[in-house]
Amino acid sequence: MTPKTEAELADAIASAKTPLRIIGGGTRPIGNPVAGEVLSTSALTGIELYEPGALTIVAKSGTPLSKIETALSKENQRLAFEPMDHRALLGTTGDPTIGGVVAGNISGPRRVQAGACRDHMLGVRFVDGTGTVLKNGGRVMKNVTGYDLVKLLTGSYGTLGVMSEVALKVLPKTDTQATVMIHGLPIARAVKAMSAALGSPYEVSAAAHMPGDSPVTMLRVEGFEKSVAYRCDQLKDTLAEFGEITVETDPAKSAKIWSASRDVAGFHNAEGDVWRISVKPTDGAHLAGKLGTDTFFMDWGGGLIWAVVPAGTDLRAKMNGTPGHATLIRADEATRAKLDVFHPELAPIAKVSAGLRAKFDPKGILNPGLMA
Amino acid sequence: MEMPAPNTAVLSKKAKIVERLQSVLPKDAVIYDEAETRAYECDGLSAYRCPPLAAVLPSSTEEVSAVLKICHKEGVPVVPRGSGTSLAGGALPTADSIILGVARLNDVIETDYDNRVIKVQTGRTNLSVTGAVEEEDFFYAPDPSSQLACAIAGNIAMNSGGAHCLKYGVTTNNLLGVTLVMMDGTITELGGAHLDAGGLDLLGLICGSEGQLGVVTEATLRILRKPEGARPVLMGFDNNEVAGACVADIIKAGVLPVAIEFMDRPCIEATEAFAQAGYPMCEALLIVEVEGSDAEIDEQLGLIMQIARKHNPVELRESKSSDESAKIWLGRKSAFGAMGQINDYMCLDGTIPVSSLPHVLKRISEMSKEYGLDVANVFHAGDGNMHPLILFDANKPGDLELCEALGADILRLCVEVGGCLTGEHGVGIEKRDLMVDQFAADDLENQMAVKDVFDPTWLLNPSKVFPLASSESRRALAIAAE
Repeated sequence: MTPKTEAELADAIASAKTPLRIIGGGTRPIGNPVAGEVLSTSALTGIELYEPGALTIVAKSGTPLSKIETALSKENQRLAFEPMDHRALLGTTGDPTIGGVVAGNISGPRRVQAGACRDHMLGVRFVDGTGTVLKNGGRVMKNVTGYDLVKLLTGSYGTLGVMSEVALKVLPKTDTQATVMIHGLPIARAVKAMSAALGSPYEVSAAAHMPGDSPVTMLRVEGFEKSVAYRCDQLKDTLAEFGEITVETDPAKSAKIWSASRDVAGFHNAEGDVWRISVKPTDGAHLAGKLGTDTFFMDWGGGLIWAVVPAGTDLRAKMNGTPGHATLIRADEATRAKLDVFHPELAPIAKVSAGLRAKFDPKGILNPGLMA
Repeated sequence: MEMPAPNTAVLSKKAKIVERLQSVLPKDAVIYDEAETRAYECDGLSAYRCPPLAAVLPSSTEEVSAVLKICHKEGVPVVPRGSGTSLAGGALPTADSIILGVARLNDVIETDYDNRVIKVQTGRTNLSVTGAVEEEDFFYAPDPSSQLACAIAGNIAMNSGGAHCLKYGVTTNNLLGVTLVMMDGTITELGGAHLDAGGLDLLGLICGSEGQLGVVTEATLRILRKPEGARPVLMGFDNNEVAGACVADIIKAGVLPVAIEFMDRPCIEATEAFAQAGYPMCEALLIVEVEGSDAEIDEQLGLIMQIARKHNPVELRESKSSDESAKIWLGRKSAFGAMGQINDYMCLDGTIPVSSLPHVLKRISEMSKEYGLDVANVFHAGDGNMHPLILFDANKPGDLELCEALGADILRLCVEVGGCLTGEHGVGIEKRDLMVDQFAADDLENQMAVKDVFDPTWLLNPSKVFPLASSESRRALAIAAE
């Protein structure tokens, strides 16, 4: 089913008696496998409103991300949370949609500075599992009217409702960028250096570490040209104790470093399962050594670990109680069904989550079992 | 604004409830004497008062859990209270309710500069969180104007903002984890020092839920390194529309100021009379502040002033020193005090799309004339969060009602132009009955169904947020259960 209007979407869900598999562009098949009839939002397209002076865009959920980015680019603006493109990693094709980005709370390296997708969400319109059209939030930047179901829907992977329209806060593009690179650090020192950089006043907008034979710790600085040069110099001074430092001052090359990191380019052709672990950075430093794989890298100042392990390995077990969560991003269906894609929740949280799903989707037809 | 009649069954067993509460708390942590419960009869919305049945001041998460278990068992409504600074009546008790105050939960549990987080008990005041990390040059970003007094618990309940949200976001963007006690006494953790939720974003749901889903006793907050410096520029314009256009042009130019504050003529006149900040007498005044090193500030302010000049400002005053900065901020920071000198006032909190600014200001001034009450406007222009201040005389019969009616009309106007009823103060009782203007019945039903999951018998802060008529059948559950 590919409804063309919100009313058609509501009808499709209201009349559904068996499970539905909700997809946007179909480029992010993340989650426990779901059997069901496909319900696609790909025909719900169009930018409804874009006010650059108010930093606001409202679009139907099936609008291709590329259309949104083109529109924003014309006004020198962007989605500051830098959503990852999963296609090459997951071997999918097609057009990612803005609804898909929101449904997965897809965020990139700038998460550490600008926040996640959920931090830029202003409003949603969605259809719940009974076919009722609902709205929450709005199109303004500050809004505490009623419960924040916008956050709840963001990252709910279509299990609470199917979004028909989303409103997002956008931000100005920065003038230029550069990347400060520290060479040769072991993991613990690298995380220490990233903590020092992110805890400096120099507004580092991304911090990643690539381990290996020639490890490199990378810090992105964005802004006006003179300010970027100044802050790179200051960072070099601040971090001098950590060793050899170079600066990639070519903005195009710097941008390429971060789009590769965002899209986990290094693992596109790697054999095995791909995991994504979110922990606090200092725990990341400890955990990295216990993963049992050398194929990993760290983003978010050490707080996000991307790792490749042999198919079927339960990497989550190696966290051994470390607070945080591990998500199985790429694996075959059997492994995903066996290991659970999403991190198990504490009992009271699991009970609340199940209770919310039962309220939003009493028929149990919206991506049932995808998250839990 | 009405509050429901108290449950007489609860009132009649006050002695038993107090006794049970005393069995789990230290003696001085249960306040039930009628003279003493008066201290908790209202919050910042002081036009409405009602002493609670009792007030409790637990000192630990476990004590909070024990209190909630008792209230759950006995069917006693619980009103959580931070510092009681809510302007929306979020902490207003009913006669049959227990006030659960977090004032004694004020420890810093852990400061962690490597991971840039602080873990605190939620009775701690907003400003003292920054105070705890200041010596390392860090700060906690959300800065509601009540920050000296307001508690983190209340900030989380209302998802509080402040003047610097344009750059740093509001509470929800700076909250990483909480310890949550649910109405049945269950203690659980959401989030932590790591980023984002593994499953559903319940942390995002809890933040801004006005104490209706659970009681937050501990919070992990993001702390940030202080910028090297900050300086504002002040600009005056001879009409609101031009000031609004200037704001939009600044934002479009790619500069992201840390704050853009707006004051209109009535507000400028009042603050000048009160604080003598040396503001120009004009229709609209903007204070735009940027951060960074001196050179970075100069560059950004240069760009901002270049944009401002295109709009023919009547005044353009760049701060070159901390003294000059303080002078520029003086009037803005005294605005509320200045209004209080003139009269009683009611502070609204609607948000509008920035593009509707001139239209909304024009309509507010027309409505002000229709109602015969003065309105001054001071607000965060970058994010469209307005704070119209309606002046009235509390001692004049009918004036409060007139003021509330004008306030309701102004908030309806905010919704009509695509905005919302409240940007940072919360709904409480103040905007409860206006929720039907922003939400359809289905939307409200959906939100109330969320409360059903956390608090099936509707004992936590039950008479807030939703119009009494829509929540009536659910609130009746508590009475029936008792």
